[in-house]
Amino acid sequence: MTNELLTQISQSLVDGDPDATLQLTERALSAGLEPLTIIRGGLMPGMNTVGEYFAAGDYFLPDLIIAADGMKRAMEILEPELRARQQALETPGTVVIGTVKGDIHEIGKSLVATMLSANGFKVYDLGVDVPIPTLIAKVKETGANLVGLSALLTTTMTMQREVIKALVNEGLRDKVKVMVGGAPVTRSWAEEIGADGYAEDAMGAVALAKKLVGIDE
Amino acid sequence: MSLSQWKVFEESVVDQIVREGMDLLIDPGVRVHNQNALELLAQAGCKVNLDIQVAKIPEKLIRQCLATTPPAFDLFDIEGQPVVHYGGNQIHFDPGSAGISVLDPINNQQRSPTTDDFIKWVKLVETLPQIDAQSTSMVCRDVAEEIGDLYRLYLALNFMRKPIVTGAFRKDTWWTMHELLSIVRGGTTELTEKPLAVFDVCPSPPLLWSDLTCQNLIDCAQTGVPAELVSMPLSGATAPVTLAAAVVQHTAECLSGITIHQLAKPGSPIIWGGSPAAFDMREGTTPMGAAETWLIDAGYVQIGKALNLPTHVYMGMSDSKLVDAQCGLESMGGALTAALIGANMISGAGMLDFETCLSFEKLVIDAEAIGLSKRMAAGIEIRDNPIALTVMRQMGHRGDYLSLPHTRKWFRKELYIPSDVIDRGSYDAWQQKGSKSVVERAAERVNVLLEGYQPNQLPDDIRKELTSITLRSARQFGMDELPTIKL
Repeated sequence: MTNELLTQISQSLVDGDPDATLQLTERALSAGLEPLTIIRGGLMPGMNTVGEYFAAGDYFLPDLIIAADGMKRAMEILEPELRARQQALETPGTVVIGTVKGDIHEIGKSLVATMLSANGFKVYDLGVDVPIPTLIAKVKETGANLVGLSALLTTTMTMQREVIKALVNEGLRDKVKVMVGGAPVTRSWAEEIGADGYAEDAMGAVALAKKLVGIDE
Repeated sequence: MSLSQWKVFEESVVDQIVREGMDLLIDPGVRVHNQNALELLAQAGCKVNLDIQVAKIPEKLIRQCLATTPPAFDLFDIEGQPVVHYGGNQIHFDPGSAGISVLDPINNQQRSPTTDDFIKWVKLVETLPQIDAQSTSMVCRDVAEEIGDLYRLYLALNFMRKPIVTGAFRKDTWWTMHELLSIVRGGTTELTEKPLAVFDVCPSPPLLWSDLTCQNLIDCAQTGVPAELVSMPLSGATAPVTLAAAVVQHTAECLSGITIHQLAKPGSPIIWGGSPAAFDMREGTTPMGAAETWLIDAGYVQIGKALNLPTHVYMGMSDSKLVDAQCGLESMGGALTAALIGANMISGAGMLDFETCLSFEKLVIDAEAIGLSKRMAAGIEIRDNPIALTVMRQMGHRGDYLSLPHTRKWFRKELYIPSDVIDRGSYDAWQQKGSKSVVERAAERVNVLLEGYQPNQLPDDIRKELTSITLRSARQFGMDELPTIKL
């Protein structure tokens, strides 16, 4: 019965049915399953399968995003349970992410945020058109060890450089790793502005984030 | 809902072309170099001049034969499932045939095809979902020329699951091919009930039925094996240079073919097809990538549909000698045009250098052109009612449709998703994958696809029977052994 519920939770993510993921997670809690068991035995295997299907070319962005949404909704009811048990899920890192000031493009940034979240990172998504002081304040508040900066325009990508300068001025630069992304952003741009890394897409961003916090895949 | 079919003629012009096609069969009439056909026509009341082998076919007889011709029929795969529907506006694609060379991707040289080449080809066609039928695409040069036609079919039957478009080079080998097909289908009656193959029969322009093709046509009719008329007006050379007049010639040739065919056996399936070309006035060649070639195709398909007949075209080929940009643009132009005019069978994938050479790399690239073309022909479907209000009001001004279940529900149906032969990644991603050209990606995909090939389930005793029949024919022409084939 226990195993069957975990299998169903995993399958609901693969099937892209967030409502089912939520209901099954609730049922698993009522059946007395530990939150960590649900995460490690149900949610994570499901997300891994989705990731494998994506890598194989059988799954596409909507499949990834909707699975991540199911995962997120399940975590929303599991996190209070973890806290009540004074347990915590080991997280590879805390990320503050946003699209830079002057730029209102959201899709790529949200995709990266969702995928980082689905891979266990604690993600603070500040949205779009994020002023530098807001971003600095959030890094200080959360003690984040990763910062993600998105820019979709050649006119706004220079703001990524300004954010990095601000991190230096605030004495935060050696406490965080900075990842940059967006359509006009290239590897050489990332190097030029002193970012720690650049990724081509959301899956690449997850791999980069893991590498930057010292997890070898 | 598919797009309304693209048409090149007004209705009144269609009527006139059919009328002129029929008039041509009275004056000057059709040349028929086959005794059986001349007898059939004479018995049915045609004026036949046996000295010059010309028959004059009256309109009434043509109309009578059109009335008995089935408007639609199916082809069945090797397991007996219907997979190709000739009729209406359904479109299907099969590879070009019959090539006399293959393109070596390493040195870009053409060479003669062998048994191994054709087996590899059949396997590759099986793995491409965009391609609906096989064809006996290559004439293998490692067997006696006299069994070139049936040997291709023998090889294909050992490796295919999809139905096949084929053709005979001789009168007697047609019957051997019929025997091979019947064995696989489990009997001659079963083969009639569930056709596995179509035979191309080609009149010679202008207005001539050779002894061979005419006998093939009659044999198809009498056994109920579908015949595909491949009329080939060459405008400006063996047909009038004006495109509409070339379509009239096509009409006359096909109407004469249908008449002979239906007289041999009313109700047998036959297809209104062709492979015309607009003669190149500088090179003296038969370009498959010419807009005028496509227009003649579009014209005769419109006539075939007006006569309520299944249709076929040779389109999606290229005159280029390499898999290059010319090859891509010509193949796509032909494939897309063919899809938009709604030809039931579109032959030509993988073929270049007019209709002579086959390329494995081109075949997998063409599969993508076919995917795009089929998607275009399918048009835009209305998925929801109201069309957008529910989903857009649900989202308001948020732009993250990517996360909406509505997106996941529909994207696979709305989008044709190409293989990685087509590069839609970023410059950086492309560089990371080795900065490869489409031809390099296609060459890699050929190997990936071949690894995933699934053999058919023909029992060993049937395979042995196929081999013994083929060997019997080979021995007639001085070949004691057939090349070894590895299943």
